[in-house]
Amino acid sequence: MIYAVFAPLLFAILVPWISKHKDRIHTGIFVFFIPFIIFLYFIQFVGADFSPIRETYNWVPSLNMNFDFYLDGLSLLFVLLISGIGSLVVLYSVFYLEKSERLGHFYVFLLMFMAAMLGVVLSDNVFVLYAFWELTSISSFLLIGYWNFKERSRYGALKSMLITVFGGLSLLGGFVLLTVITGTTSIQGMIEQVDVILASKYLPLILTFILLGAFTKSAQFPFHIWLPDAMEAPTPVSAYLHSATMVKAGIFLVARFSPIFAGYEGFFISVSLVGIVTLCWGSYMAVRQTDLKGILAFSTISQLGMIMAMLGFGTEAAVFAAVFHILNHATFKGSLFMVAGIIDHETGTRDIRKLGGLITLMPMTATLAVFATFSMAGVPLPFLNGFYSKELFFDATIDLEGAAWLSQAIPYLAVLGSIFTFVYSMYFFFGVFTGPKQLEQLPKKPHEAPFGMLISPIILVLGVILIGIFPEMVNAPFLQHAAESVNKNVEYHKVYFWHGFNTPLMMSLTVVGAGIILFVTRRKWDKVYHVLPGKLSFNRVYNFIVEKMDTYSAAITNTYMTGSLRTYMVLILGATLIVTAGYMFLTDGFTINVGNLAEVTVLEVAVVITIIIGAIATLFMRNNIAAILVTGIVGYGVATLFVIYRAPDIALTQLVVETVSIALFLLCFYHLPNLQKREEAPKTKLTNFFISAGFGLLITLVGISAHSSDWFDSISSYFVENSYKLGGGDNIVNVILVDFRGLDTLFEIAVLGIAALAVVALIKMKKKKGAE
Amino acid sequence: MIRPNNLILRTTTSLIAFLLLGFSIYSFFAGHNAPGGGFIGGLMTAGAILLLYMSYGIETVDEMLPINYTTLISSGLAIAVGTGVGSFIFGAPFLSHTFGYFHFPIFGEVELATAMLFDLGVYLTVVGVVMTIILTIANDQE
Repeated sequence: MIYAVFAPLLFAILVPWISKHKDRIHTGIFVFFIPFIIFLYFIQFVGADFSPIRETYNWVPSLNMNFDFYLDGLSLLFVLLISGIGSLVVLYSVFYLEKSERLGHFYVFLLMFMAAMLGVVLSDNVFVLYAFWELTSISSFLLIGYWNFKERSRYGALKSMLITVFGGLSLLGGFVLLTVITGTTSIQGMIEQVDVILASKYLPLILTFILLGAFTKSAQFPFHIWLPDAMEAPTPVSAYLHSATMVKAGIFLVARFSPIFAGYEGFFISVSLVGIVTLCWGSYMAVRQTDLKGILAFSTISQLGMIMAMLGFGTEAAVFAAVFHILNHATFKGSLFMVAGIIDHETGTRDIRKLGGLITLMPMTATLAVFATFSMAGVPLPFLNGFYSKELFFDATIDLEGAAWLSQAIPYLAVLGSIFTFVYSMYFFFGVFTGPKQLEQLPKKPHEAPFGMLISPIILVLGVILIGIFPEMVNAPFLQHAAESVNKNVEYHKVYFWHGFNTPLMMSLTVVGAGIILFVTRRKWDKVYHVLPGKLSFNRVYNFIVEKMDTYSAAITNTYMTGSLRTYMVLILGATLIVTAGYMFLTDGFTINVGNLAEVTVLEVAVVITIIIGAIATLFMRNNIAAILVTGIVGYGVATLFVIYRAPDIALTQLVVETVSIALFLLCFYHLPNLQKREEAPKTKLTNFFISAGFGLLITLVGISAHSSDWFDSISSYFVENSYKLGGGDNIVNVILVDFRGLDTLFEIAVLGIAALAVVALIKMKKKKGAE
Repeated sequence: MIRPNNLILRTTTSLIAFLLLGFSIYSFFAGHNAPGGGFIGGLMTAGAILLLYMSYGIETVDEMLPINYTTLISSGLAIAVGTGVGSFIFGAPFLSHTFGYFHFPIFGEVELATAMLFDLGVYLTVVGVVMTIILTIANDQE
């Protein structure tokens, strides 16, 4: 099974070489065999006596991250959809894409996506699932932005990326929580520990995280906004990703985890509510679109909402209907996208206002469209599979348990959403194929598509009809297992076209009746869109957020990244001051202990007072030379202190260093202009004062506290004892410097050397620059 | 520009500079047992040379002491590192020092320590660094 998952990726490596010969033979022809072989491999598992298969390949065993593939009914359904529709889409793209396009890129992205999708549906390990999940987001991003010279493509790709990755990251959060709670990374292992998860106090959080991931991927309200913009992708991509596979990844995730969450009422409320709202909103908005793919995009949103709602119901009838509808939707929506692509390809436009009367010019396409749209609308005819799943959907909405307010409203909302579904399906078909011909408005002269382009939609429409006529054909060997893996209590349903005069049938007839009336009178009520959504749109929210994040983060950065060193110093010192002082106060860190102080002599006091006067005087000097000389007072004062405290080496060093550095300052400042008296606002002066005074006080207090807390004995006695014995010298300071701690000295002289070379470099470089 | 007569300065300089040099060399050698050492010795030597530069001018002293101070830095660092690496020959860790007492004809019994070699590296580096910095800045004609 691992070969099946990774075959597309491995083959993708070869695609660039193959695409070099695209002038002679279309790259897609080679690519076609990959999904087709995978399809043939998986079809062998279909059968009434199928039982789940598990295969494990080590990846990171120490983190329990392994390629743990689990093939049950649900994954099998998705795997067949992915590989089956994948083959058809590749076949279609062979005729759709010109050889002048960058075919290598296209098929590499497509194969990446295929592998990612297979990985998502087959993984049992949550982290591997997450990895594949993000790979679908990335490859979808690449595919949407395939025509990257178009501004709309880049916008759509970015939007879908931001929204789906946002959801993907929250999904990761949910997975981590689940792993921590259950101690396993396997989904089946988690299902075995349902009680532990349901008892956990993090349950609402986990559910929110996972549902955010599923809703963003499956374009559920209000995250549906990326899907209409993703229609900028080439049509085969829209047909594959944005109708049949990727948008169903969220559905798959909810279905996969519903054995865990089904016992929790929050799951029913959130999933059903979001699903049913998406159904209504998507179908309502679809009628308003003028772009063929726009209609299909909103139609996809609404159909996904319907499946999501059914999974939320979680009853046996609903689960079966959901699984059935996943299959049906993939067949008719895939073919509709291909039909839209054919119309675009042969007429040069997708604008429904310019199209019309194509039924005589493109009879084959029209025939395909009629089956697909009528199936989508749920017209009660015995050869349309859409009708069956819609009927099952109505059946499932009737007897719901749980949250009364929601259960009561759902059947009405379902009918409402389906009415609009009917309207846009009719709008799509009759808008394109009937009415007056407007040939002068079309960029190309329309004619029937080449046969190769028609093969794939024909196969899909045949699927629509065959499932419509013989629903039992896919039911027992296939759908039953899928439904069982979502809810193991599902019993075998027999699907009938005719099951008596009952509520679901009445609902269907209501839908058809009201739908026809609304469709015919469409012109009269379409002003309603000026009221709702009117100016309300989640696109505006998205644009607002993206734009404001940009401007606000720029504004925030500009407030503190001023380029002024003074501001940075204020920030650094102020933060140190607040954090250190605050922490010391909170932990009672400031201690003052006067027990271990030495006697103070008059000489020391005199020297210290001189130093203080010198230090304060430097602040008020307006002349360079004077300032340097006054600073010297401090330096020599410190040297005197060293003498008093009996540190002759340091005193000598301090004296000489002070002298040399004063000489250096004089040398440098000779070239510099005189110090300017800076005119600063009183507020700035005050800040400077408080920061410097506070910082000085803090350091003083820290010093006193450090002196007051005598935690460890000094190690100096070791040096006193061993200086002569081990180092052969009486001068302890020198022995420490060159012998005990010679490494420090080595690097200090290295620092000095570097400083000298840096000075040379600075001055020599400046000269060179001047010469140029 | 009026050239001042620096007779007193120059005369005292020739005396003091040699006193300074002598003292710096003394404190370098005395470093192991009395205050002093490579760092102070180096600084003082640099001070003596600086004094020469100040009273005699750059051209004269450059002729008198044709030393490349940047080379001094690198040779000082090389000696310091060399004493450290030298301890490997005797199978000891980096920068291990040893010392011994030797009898010389004139000086009598003298203590010689390998740490002194290390200090020589420090001394040369410090002289080189101070002179390089100050001469570079002073020579900058802008």
